[in-house]
Amino acid sequence: MTKMTKEAAIKRTLETIDPAESQVSTADIAAVVEAVMKSLSGDVSVAEFKLYHELQKLADYIQSAKREIAAIRPDEIRATHIPMATDELDAVVGATAEATGVILDSAEHLETVAGKLEPAAAEEVRNLATKIFEACNFQDVTGQRITKVVRALKHIEDKIDALLSAFGEGVKAPAEATPAPEPAPAAAGDDSHLLHGPALPQEANKQDDIDAILANLK
Amino acid sequence: MAVDLNINVLIVDDYKTMLRIIRNLLKQLGFENVDEATDGGTALMKLRERNYGLVISDWNMEPMTGLQLLKEVRADHKLKQIPFIMITAESKTENVVAAKEAGVTNYIVKPFNAATLKQKLTAVWGDF
Repeated sequence: MTKMTKEAAIKRTLETIDPAESQVSTADIAAVVEAVMKSLSGDVSVAEFKLYHELQKLADYIQSAKREIAAIRPDEIRATHIPMATDELDAVVGATAEATGVILDSAEHLETVAGKLEPAAAEEVRNLATKIFEACNFQDVTGQRITKVVRALKHIEDKIDALLSAFGEGVKAPAEATPAPEPAPAAAGDDSHLLHGPALPQEANKQDDIDAILANLK
Repeated sequence: MAVDLNINVLIVDDYKTMLRIIRNLLKQLGFENVDEATDGGTALMKLRERNYGLVISDWNMEPMTGLQLLKEVRADHKLKQIPFIMITAESKTENVVAAKEAGVTNYIVKPFNAATLKQKLTAVWGDF
């Protein structure tokens, strides 16, 4: 039966129902439903129709999930936030290693100076140097903790890669279509937009650079 | 067994700061002949080139961990008798058990102090 023929059959069935009657009989309803079911392509059983309905719901859910994931901006997390976090952590490790080196230099020098002191004073200085050596353990332990954090970030990054790969352009395009909201303009006297925190070593102005900037502003 | 302060000591750690700390503490205890390695492979090479009376090693290193280094040392008939002390941030029971089963002489957890280091060395050689 062609589509037009099916529609004509449904229409005829509906016309047999007397609109003047206060109630439509269940037989009439069944006839209409059966006609609608038969109008679907092929002989679609109730079970198949239900399956189709469930699949449609699943498809709608996936589309909704993609929109929500896109709103999180996973590509931005992957490209900007995670690399920034790992760079900052690397900078922490570098800075603490450098500072610890200076502290150890001083402690070693104290030991050398102790050799020139009277015994009691020498022992006191050596004990102080020992305490400094012991305290510098922190750099090793904090370095290892930071390494664990970096590994965790890398794991998150890998998961986001998998997500982007699975959902493809569907989670990127909406982010591009809806760019990140512009920050609200700062209120008068509010300098929070200038609070960047320490710059990474390779991006930071050194004191000489600052002095040069100030000199140029005079 | 009396300790000979002139023995060669090999310290192994991928953090140079820690190598410095251990070297300085050993120096305070009287050990002047201290060599360093920043990974297990280099340590093993040095152990096969020179006679060492003591190895002090970290655990968490790549590509060869301190535990793997320990196993290599204990598997080598020329090296297996060398006292081997693990100094590591790994503090779980399973780590200590694994190190002991691999033949570790003693186990120090980071952060540590000079007194602990001396105590563990004393446990190897007696008072010094």
